[in-house]
Amino acid sequence: MQVFLDIVREYGFDFLEGTWLTVQLVVISAILGFLLAVPVALARLSDSRIVAATASGYSLFFRGTPLLVQIFLVYFGLGQFGFVRDSILWPLLREPFVCALITFVLNTAAYSGEIVRGGILAVPRGEVEAARACGMSTAKTYRLVILPRAFSICLPAYSNEVIILMKGTSLASTITLLELTGMARLAASATYQPIQVFVIAGLIYYLMTLIIARIFRVLEARYNRYITDAR
Amino acid sequence: MDNVVEYLPLLLQGLRTTLLLAVSTVVVGLALGMLLAMAKLSDHGWLKRPAYALTNFLRGIPEFLVLLVIYFGGTQVLNSILPPGTIEVSPFVAGLIALALIFGSYASETFRAAFQSVPNGQIEAGRAYGFSAWKTFRYIQLPQIWRVAIPGLGNLWQGSVKDTALVSVVGLDDLMRKSGQAAQSTREPFTFYLVASLMFLLITLVSMWIIGRLEKRASRGMAGVR
Repeated sequence: MQVFLDIVREYGFDFLEGTWLTVQLVVISAILGFLLAVPVALARLSDSRIVAATASGYSLFFRGTPLLVQIFLVYFGLGQFGFVRDSILWPLLREPFVCALITFVLNTAAYSGEIVRGGILAVPRGEVEAARACGMSTAKTYRLVILPRAFSICLPAYSNEVIILMKGTSLASTITLLELTGMARLAASATYQPIQVFVIAGLIYYLMTLIIARIFRVLEARYNRYITDAR
Repeated sequence: MDNVVEYLPLLLQGLRTTLLLAVSTVVVGLALGMLLAMAKLSDHGWLKRPAYALTNFLRGIPEFLVLLVIYFGGTQVLNSILPPGTIEVSPFVAGLIALALIFGSYASETFRAAFQSVPNGQIEAGRAYGFSAWKTFRYIQLPQIWRVAIPGLGNLWQGSVKDTALVSVVGLDDLMRKSGQAAQSTREPFTFYLVASLMFLLITLVSMWIIGRLEKRASRGMAGVR
């Protein structure tokens, strides 16, 4: 027990700093990823074969390959191309933080796209027909009926995806980012007490999992209130 | 492209390690998942509570962190018992333990749900016919559990294959690490990580096909299932 307290006293601030970076990665990736997931889902459902096939290919690639390969592809891979190195974006694309974000956004959007697609397909047909019968255009039907309904249907599945995303951010430590896992790796090699250090990091991650689950329970209660209140 | 052909044997060697680790993970993980599911369904609190605590915790923290604990923590433990340097934890063994623990944690939930899907009456009927507990499990519960559990287990397998890539970080000579070596010596990281990702994609696609076949086969006794 004494060992744990010593580690917390010595590295407490590093753990907090790492946790803060993890939170940033999760929140930014989740928001951008969700915004990208909606067009991905719509593209998957598109009548145009080319659009639908492109979206399926994207989704298959990011869901069928390890996140680690994707991170390395972006962080180490992009520099292979001269036009990338010469572009004005290169100073940004060289940053591990930016590369990690790009990968997490693309990855989570592929998974969330499937969730959103499932949500859109689960909207009762009658509601869509009713909207059309009221004279709404396709765009308006989507905006006012289908997407809000799909959103509330998706929420439970989406909370799992955000937890998976949070766990995935630990891989950012492989490209030198000092988020929670990165900080823990440093502390572990400095103290020669890996078990204690990683257990502390694990408890912080577990706490974040519980918090994410709680946030989504609140969101679900709010966005599904038209169902729960009716009962 | 020439480089890819040149390094292909190296990559295939890595692919073999990746597949070996993934298959071993599933074998150990299935057994572990079944035991944990039984513990969760047991009437004894001292079996039930630790099983839930362990699996909930393992499912709530990053897979990568579990691997780091097992690999570096294993070395720490061994060094404290034995004189340092006698035995080292191999990346393969550490990876196997970590991934099997994760697989087992998730599989225990799949199995638990599957166990509960078999109606109690069938188990009672089995016992009434004089089946032993083992026979009831083997001939009545297991075939039905298997059918319900396959889709979930299939997803877990796909996850395990992808998680093996993490073990390259602690030094396993798998597909990921071999690709990294090829990427470094040829200075074509994009090419080689892309080749690695395509190989992973191929495993995913072949697995999808096999899982589909298994699902069909396991459901052959069900009415209305093609």
